[in-house]
Amino acid sequence: MSPTNSVITADFVDLDLDATDREGAARSLAQRLQAGGRVTDLDGFLADVAAREKQMPTGIEGGIGIPHCRSIHVSEPSLAFGRSPKGIDFGSADGPADLIFLIAAPEGGDASHMTILAALARRLIRQEFKDTLRAATDPADAAAYIQREVSPQ
Amino acid sequence: MKFVAVTACPTGIAHTYMAAEALEQAAKAAGDEISVETQGSAGSEPLAPEVIASADAVIFAADVEVRDRERFAGKPLVSGGVKRAINGAPGLISEARAAAEAGPPAGGAPATAAAGAGARAGGPGPATKVSQDAGFGTRLRQWLMTGVSYVIPFVAAGGLLIALAFAYDWQITEAPPVTEQFNWGSLESWAALSFQVGVASFGFLVPILAGFIAFAMADRPAITPGIVGGAIAVTVGAGFLGGIVAGLLAGAIVMQIKRWRVPKAIRGIMPVVVIPLIATAIVGFLMFVVIGKPIAAVTRGLTDWLNGLSGANAVLLGVLLGLMMAFDMGGPVNKVAYAFAVAGLSTGTEASLEIMAAVMAAGMTPPLALAFASTVRPRLFTEVERENGRAAWVLGASFITEGAIPFAAADPLRVIPSIMVGSSVTGALSMAFGCTLRAPHGGIFVLPLIGRPFLYLLAVLVGTLVSAALVIALKGYHRRATAPADVDAAQAAPVAA
Repeated sequence: MSPTNSVITADFVDLDLDATDREGAARSLAQRLQAGGRVTDLDGFLADVAAREKQMPTGIEGGIGIPHCRSIHVSEPSLAFGRSPKGIDFGSADGPADLIFLIAAPEGGDASHMTILAALARRLIRQEFKDTLRAATDPADAAAYIQREVSPQ
Repeated sequence: MKFVAVTACPTGIAHTYMAAEALEQAAKAAGDEISVETQGSAGSEPLAPEVIASADAVIFAADVEVRDRERFAGKPLVSGGVKRAINGAPGLISEARAAAEAGPPAGGAPATAAAGAGARAGGPGPATKVSQDAGFGTRLRQWLMTGVSYVIPFVAAGGLLIALAFAYDWQITEAPPVTEQFNWGSLESWAALSFQVGVASFGFLVPILAGFIAFAMADRPAITPGIVGGAIAVTVGAGFLGGIVAGLLAGAIVMQIKRWRVPKAIRGIMPVVVIPLIATAIVGFLMFVVIGKPIAAVTRGLTDWLNGLSGANAVLLGVLLGLMMAFDMGGPVNKVAYAFAVAGLSTGTEASLEIMAAVMAAGMTPPLALAFASTVRPRLFTEVERENGRAAWVLGASFITEGAIPFAAADPLRVIPSIMVGSSVTGALSMAFGCTLRAPHGGIFVLPLIGRPFLYLLAVLVGTLVSAALVIALKGYHRRATAPADVDAAQAAPVAA
């Protein structure tokens, strides 16, 4: 079984994220997922994200933050992408993150759905993926690029 | 070279796969081959046994226990957290290369395999809660906690069976052994059976504690010397203190032996024959001849001192027992207080029954308080803690103090003092009210055996409210003071993850 919807659409992309901290960034991106019907309870979802963030910060070297969680308030695997011109601290030793990926996974989602998120996580390590997103100028292009990269071949 | 790796993280949707990708890229760049097993939520494709067999070294990049890690026994091993792999995969690869060149560990099993913090329940084989990069104090606590966690089921099973027998007849201790006399139609016989099975289970407490402390330190080969050392501690009267010492000794000795360089011919029999043999002989000698008796004297002294406190200062004794019961929630200090109370039961004096009541009441309040706190102020607790909170109602009501451990492990500096204060209040009130208890265990299910049950419940209730209020106040203050980037709690959290 494969997901019927894209994990990411142009509406889930913010190329000029103006949040200043992790909570703000997660909230801003989560609101986009909520508007798209992927997150059913904004506060409940953000509490789950914060709980995961508290276990260990999700900043990755190379300017990436990946707030994420599995939550009962998520209807299907979804991804929101924000690019922060100023950078936001996600607890990585090498400094703030400018590429923020909010990954929302449904609680108890079956493995075939999760492979998409797994594929995304793998892309985050690839320089070309990061370079392309740093250079993107159009949300729709960025969303289409991400969707293409993570779709099963 | 050929490597195999396992990656695993708590949520299993991001870091697991990033670590895998980073390791694959680094191996490729270094001209090595690597096969990675991602133990994440997208299903785990196990490495083929022939792939493992042909690998020169194993890399664990995991923040949780690696599942089925005995598949990699005998291979040179490098381990670290997932972030280490994501940020520094080339370093891990070159460490793996060095480990492969140095040859396999003498123990035959991955000697430093306890990479994960936070045991993953449900995996095959026993798990530990030990994180290897932590400081000595933290690791010591994790060793003890691992030992304690394997003891809990023995206490629960044995304690409830004994309580059941006492509920039928509190003089059931006098019944003849069921091997001599068992009447299928007699309730008396069934109660005696229940009591004697429970006593058999209690007989394992110290050996299992020692065995699994040793296991947490030095893996499977340490279980035997630990259990045998624990059994000797019982024999010489060194009790729980002796068991802890025996477990730590066994673990330390096995850690040392694993460092020996041994000829290839006997490497295969090291973990099953050589290490247990040598370590058990050494631990046995030390426990019987060198340190068993001094520890027994200390244990006896402690018990006499507690006995001396009763009478004149009964309320003060209640405070002290309450503090001890809550201090480590089923750990050694708690068990000293508990063993003191249970030992008194057989004398049957009024004072000893009061002590038993105070000890059980004080042991019930910590889980109840945290259950209550997480119900009325859910935002101060993580989702995992809220789930634990629901179970803690039952655990507290059943006098299983261990129900508070998940909360205390995540936030010890705020939780432990709070529950100690509440339990000391409960202990003092129970003594002041003169409540008595004839059963060694059972919580509210042995209420019929409690003298002055309403005052007893009042003592439990007051202590619960005091602890809950303190936890809420401390957590709430801490949250306002240091939110949002709570690095301190983040480091303490993995045990509950």
